[in-house]
Amino acid sequence: MNAIVVRDLQVDLDRTPILREVSCAAGSGSWLALLGPNGAGKTTLLRAIAGLIPYRGTITLDGPAADAGSLRPRARARLIAYVPQAPTLPPDMTVTEYVLLGRTPHLSYLAGPGRADRDAAARVAGLLDVTRFAGRRLATLSGGERQRVVLARALAQEPKILLLDEPTSALDIGHQQNVLDLVDALRRTTGLTVVTTLHDLTTAGQYAHELVLLNAGRVEAAGAAAAVLTEDRIAQVYAARVTVSTDAAGNTVVNPVRATPS
Amino acid sequence: MNSRWLRAARPYGIAVAFLVAAMLVSALVGAADLNPLATVSALLDRLPFIGLPSSMSPLDRAVLFEIRLPRIVLCALVGGLLSIAGAGYQGVFRNPLVDSGMLGASAGAGLGATLAIVYLGGAGPSAVPVAAFAGSVGGVAVAYLTGAAGGRGTATLLLAGVAVGMFLTAVQTFVLQRSAQDLQAVYSWLLGSLSGATWQQCAEILPYSAVSIAVVLLHGRHLDVLSVGDEEARALGLHPGRTRLIVVAACALAAASAVAVSGLIGFVGIIVPHVVRRLAGTSYRRVLPLSLLAGAGFLVLADTLARTVLSPAELPIGVVTAIIGSPVFIWILHTTRAVRT
Repeated sequence: MNAIVVRDLQVDLDRTPILREVSCAAGSGSWLALLGPNGAGKTTLLRAIAGLIPYRGTITLDGPAADAGSLRPRARARLIAYVPQAPTLPPDMTVTEYVLLGRTPHLSYLAGPGRADRDAAARVAGLLDVTRFAGRRLATLSGGERQRVVLARALAQEPKILLLDEPTSALDIGHQQNVLDLVDALRRTTGLTVVTTLHDLTTAGQYAHELVLLNAGRVEAAGAAAAVLTEDRIAQVYAARVTVSTDAAGNTVVNPVRATPS
Repeated sequence: MNSRWLRAARPYGIAVAFLVAAMLVSALVGAADLNPLATVSALLDRLPFIGLPSSMSPLDRAVLFEIRLPRIVLCALVGGLLSIAGAGYQGVFRNPLVDSGMLGASAGAGLGATLAIVYLGGAGPSAVPVAAFAGSVGGVAVAYLTGAAGGRGTATLLLAGVAVGMFLTAVQTFVLQRSAQDLQAVYSWLLGSLSGATWQQCAEILPYSAVSIAVVLLHGRHLDVLSVGDEEARALGLHPGRTRLIVVAACALAAASAVAVSGLIGFVGIIVPHVVRRLAGTSYRRVLPLSLLAGAGFLVLADTLARTVLSPAELPIGVVTAIIGSPVFIWILHTTRAVRT
């Protein structure tokens, strides 16, 4: 079953066409990676799925029942958690308070977070190993710690779908793998559907089941890594020089090649 | 569990103690020399289930119950309203420098009061509170409508507030220019005063105060969510625009109620929430109720100074809050670790 089906999506921002005739799908419990050069429309597609911008076309969530556009914000937030590339972290808020914000869609209008909400927040805090610095202010966290805290807030929503915009762009290679492994472990254990935009093509191929390559607002190619990541296509879409090989584990590896100095 | 509850309750205990102490000091200090012991027992006597004989003379009793106490209660109400409105606006606009007089509230109140004093002549004094209230609420409404029409986002709204405020102030200046004989009356109102406070004034603003305070307090959690920005708040299921409208309306009502009975008293809405944040953290679920209590205590103390420093003359309370407030505020800016929102 598909957790997300996007059909014939069109998005204009400030009367500029951003996405055109985009269709893609993510199976329930799978990992979908959105690829493409800067400005291809990756973030816009994520925001449309999150219900944050108006669009034409259809986005169906969690089976045929729910059309994303008809969901009320609170119901949608119980289904989808969205983490932007640069989340706003109020500097003086503590980690505990911030993670607890993730319970918002589960609270009725006038109610505050109760025992069950605190427990749920504490559980994901433990899962992501942020309990150690639960009392610290957000301003004092390192890049890796921030990313885990933001993930904890998203998971406190207990979503079925997790949308991550460039979750690794601010991290070193070790922390990148750490965060992606964490997300993958959560996906395996909880059946979460994950959609990420990723810049690193090799990493995308390692973690995602399905890759969607966007170019100038349209889907250029979609499918498994080996099918999407070809030398010709990357050269054409990114204007980049690369070789593509397959490593011992069968993963597709994209290697940048430097132009020969003249 | 129990110790966590105690830790959470402690700031409220301190704030209540501060308010009670401020009110008690204010009741004991003043032009008429009241016997402290007799005053305290006369006050306790008024509490339910407590009967205490007090040696107070009828005159002292009248001073205490008809002059000082209504003023103290009104002061506490006004201070609480200004502080919670300031804190609410700061949350809505994610801006630490926003005050309860923002969005054309003060300018509207000033214009309303000026018009009442200049054009309503004899009826002026009694019409001033109503005119100030209407001007304050009207100023915010115009600023909000023009700001919301100009586009989404808090910056547009704040800029619209500045523009509306400047316009209303210009009209007020024009009106004043043409009737210089009223300058004294208008300025003494503008600087704020709570002298001549009556129980009736307390009763008049009580309904507005109760509604606005309740609404703002119920939205503390929503302001915490807003602090991650409109888009992420929406992704968490909140309606940022609707939350903003409700909280702004409640804060405008709170500030207008205060302004109607006290004139323009600056700084309270900025200083008090910031001190509270430094002492108790930045979650609006604590900042709002604590600002209400601390603001009430602070204004009671400021008014005590206003009526005693130059006794029997009175300083305008707006002067006292600004003279205390400015240095305290600068001290806060220097010692705060980061800009707090």
